[in-house]
Amino acid sequence: MANKTVQFEIKRQSSPDAPAVWESYELEWRPGMNVTTAMMDIAANPVTASGKPTTPVTYDSNCLEEICGSCAMRINGKARMACSALVDNLEQPIRVEPLSKFPLVRDLQVDRSVLFENLKAVKAWIPIDGTYDLGAGPRVTPQQQEVNYPLSNCISCTCCMEVCPQFNEKTGFVGAATIAQVKLFNNHPTGKVLKEERLRALAGDGGIQECGFAQNCVEVCPKKLPLTNAISDISRDVLLQAARDFLGR
Amino acid sequence: MATPRIIVVGGGLAGLSAVIKIAEAGGTVDLFSIVPVKRSHSVCAQGGINAAKNLKGEGDTTYKHFDDTIYGGDFLANQTPVKAMCEAAPAIIDLLDRMGVPFNRTPEGLLDFRRFGGTLYNRTAFAGATTGQQLLYALDEQVRRYESEGKVTKYEGWEFLSAVLDSKGVARGITALDLRTMELRSFAADAIILATGGIGAIFGKSTNSVVCTGSAQSAVFQQGVTYANGEFIQVHPTCIPGEDKLRLMSESARGEGGRVWVPRNPSDKRAGKQIPEAERFYFLEEWYPKYGNLVPRDIATRAIHKVVYENHLGIDGQPMVYLDLTHIDRATLDRKLGGILDIYEKFVGDDPHDVPMKIFPGVHYTMGGLWVDFNQMTNIPGLFAIGECEYQYHGANRLGANSLLSCIYAGFISGPNALSYSKNAAAQDGDGGHAAEVTRQAAINAKLLKNEGAENPFKLWRELGDTMTKHATVIRYNKGLKQADEKIVELLDRYKNVSLADRSQWANTSFAFARQLKNMLELARVIAQGATLRDESRGAHYKPDFPERNDERFLKTTKASFTDSGPRFEYEEVDTQFIKPRPRRYDAAN
Repeated sequence: MANKTVQFEIKRQSSPDAPAVWESYELEWRPGMNVTTAMMDIAANPVTASGKPTTPVTYDSNCLEEICGSCAMRINGKARMACSALVDNLEQPIRVEPLSKFPLVRDLQVDRSVLFENLKAVKAWIPIDGTYDLGAGPRVTPQQQEVNYPLSNCISCTCCMEVCPQFNEKTGFVGAATIAQVKLFNNHPTGKVLKEERLRALAGDGGIQECGFAQNCVEVCPKKLPLTNAISDISRDVLLQAARDFLGR
Repeated sequence: MATPRIIVVGGGLAGLSAVIKIAEAGGTVDLFSIVPVKRSHSVCAQGGINAAKNLKGEGDTTYKHFDDTIYGGDFLANQTPVKAMCEAAPAIIDLLDRMGVPFNRTPEGLLDFRRFGGTLYNRTAFAGATTGQQLLYALDEQVRRYESEGKVTKYEGWEFLSAVLDSKGVARGITALDLRTMELRSFAADAIILATGGIGAIFGKSTNSVVCTGSAQSAVFQQGVTYANGEFIQVHPTCIPGEDKLRLMSESARGEGGRVWVPRNPSDKRAGKQIPEAERFYFLEEWYPKYGNLVPRDIATRAIHKVVYENHLGIDGQPMVYLDLTHIDRATLDRKLGGILDIYEKFVGDDPHDVPMKIFPGVHYTMGGLWVDFNQMTNIPGLFAIGECEYQYHGANRLGANSLLSCIYAGFISGPNALSYSKNAAAQDGDGGHAAEVTRQAAINAKLLKNEGAENPFKLWRELGDTMTKHATVIRYNKGLKQADEKIVELLDRYKNVSLADRSQWANTSFAFARQLKNMLELARVIAQGATLRDESRGAHYKPDFPERNDERFLKTTKASFTDSGPRFEYEEVDTQFIKPRPRRYDAAN
């Protein structure tokens, strides 16, 4: 009896300068199988559907439960996390390719360090006085916590940046993820001492004004962050800050 | 003197905690991590972090936390460091709060606390059911702040290969591999702190992340660092079985009132929800009336094994039990357990608000690890270890929500300790051993790249995982453990015939994996042999042939050292100066 199989097509590229080629694979189906399992199966038996020897696929992954943000890729054209992409819910052949907006490293691995640089630029941290014991933190109502917690669930997967028409070299747009973190830190009783600096960092070229409200970001976010809501709020704050800065000159 | 330069390897909670303390004290840090530090395995911790803040009017104290931890660990942990950790915990929670961790709150705006296993107190602070993620992000943000000030340099995408030791056996740096360019080089430091996490990959499938191979620990073990209590492996009672990993279903589900049960009739075909109350066997509540569903993990895991394999109960013939939250209202579940319910729904397809979850135990955590002294230094001067990769805080079984605490606490003390060590360390002779170590590593790399043979490293790894899971987890027999060790020896032999399908020198993940595999195999022997030698049952280590704890022979730390013919074992007295060992009976009335 032939076992049930799954068809994959994976875009391979051995280095940034090498040509891209599509390879097909036929893998044994198993219940609950996801796209990362398929990558592991290929590593254990690196052969294409036509029987040609190949190499294990290079890709980023770590937690495999959609919380580390590593395994973002395009699966059947959609930017998403490979670990939570269950084979049974996907049309076959399952076409897998790297995110397209970031420098390619190899196969499905791309360099997304731009997000971490953006987080530095907006000072996405609470400027505590020090780590010595200064007693309890500021009181926070449950209502405030319920606004901040979802924003703090961003896993830095960059799916929101991948699908944003404005996120490209021409605009230099920071993207929705960074803007949501600005809202998070500006909301915090201590974090807000850097509010003005964060808002100024989001003014001008590449800042929040580049957003075209396509709303793709909020559609694709695997953690369902209220991204468009954050963009609206921070847009308003950036404008108010610019006005204050202008009047205060 | 010059600013001390410290290397921290690993960017999870422990590593980042150390980095922050060093940078704050004026030291300079080089931080190495396989993944961007924000993607470290600490993000997977769910339920919370323990601290006896006593904000619920229960009369909780840090001493009770200390006692619960020692008792939960079946008296194997040295008591001095555990006591200090529990005493430091309330201030650590305050600091995390000040760093902006979005902890759940009470109506007054104070931190909320919930119950966890192995205690009768509400002692666990939490941020939904993604506490590890939230804590890691808070520390990551502080480190990013220091990075932007030039005090921290990150080497993300570099894998630690070995310590650099000078002619006197003092650590003077590390060698590491750039996982993109495959460049091998050494880095100098006045002290090195390893914070390289767990070893789940040795068991194939576990709750751990892909990077948790134990490769770094094993590498320094093979260079002479003592490995302690390796046989103590925590198997978490409630995981979602999966093809690629076992996904954790947090203990907080039970902390918030979740109940574990199986149908009394093993051939009951009805959906869980349809089975009436009287036909359900709430075995934890029945067997452990005082702690109920919140017995420690080793107890709950063995109970599930007993129900499934001895009582032959399960879910429709499958080796699983129910973890049921459906009696709790939807809003409460969303507020307190949001993150984990999403995981279940995404990976299983059922909504745990409406349907009882199907779960089974899975390898989760190593209590054992690199031997360290009370200052977190290993037996190699200048080489420190913190977090899950060391052995010090959890004895024979870790209590839930103590791991985040032990990571941060050890990180916080190791930073200043590494700095003061650096300031007093003697100057190195010659080049400190850098050239020789790079040569040794380059030879290993060259041999592996051109090695010919019929073995695929990923297949060997699956065989290792199968044998370790079968023989060295919940129930252990000496015969099986010996078979496991023989199998590892066979795999080490076959490893000599490993051939890489990819011999390129650019982002070659199978090359990196093959190097990790060798280290996993060496460390697996420590686990299997350590378990063989310990003829008693204590905490997570359970042998039906030796069902009792034997303090006379085994109230001792296992210490393994590497030799070319396999690990060699010796034993060390445990510090029990504060709490006298007593029988550990969670089923007793008191």
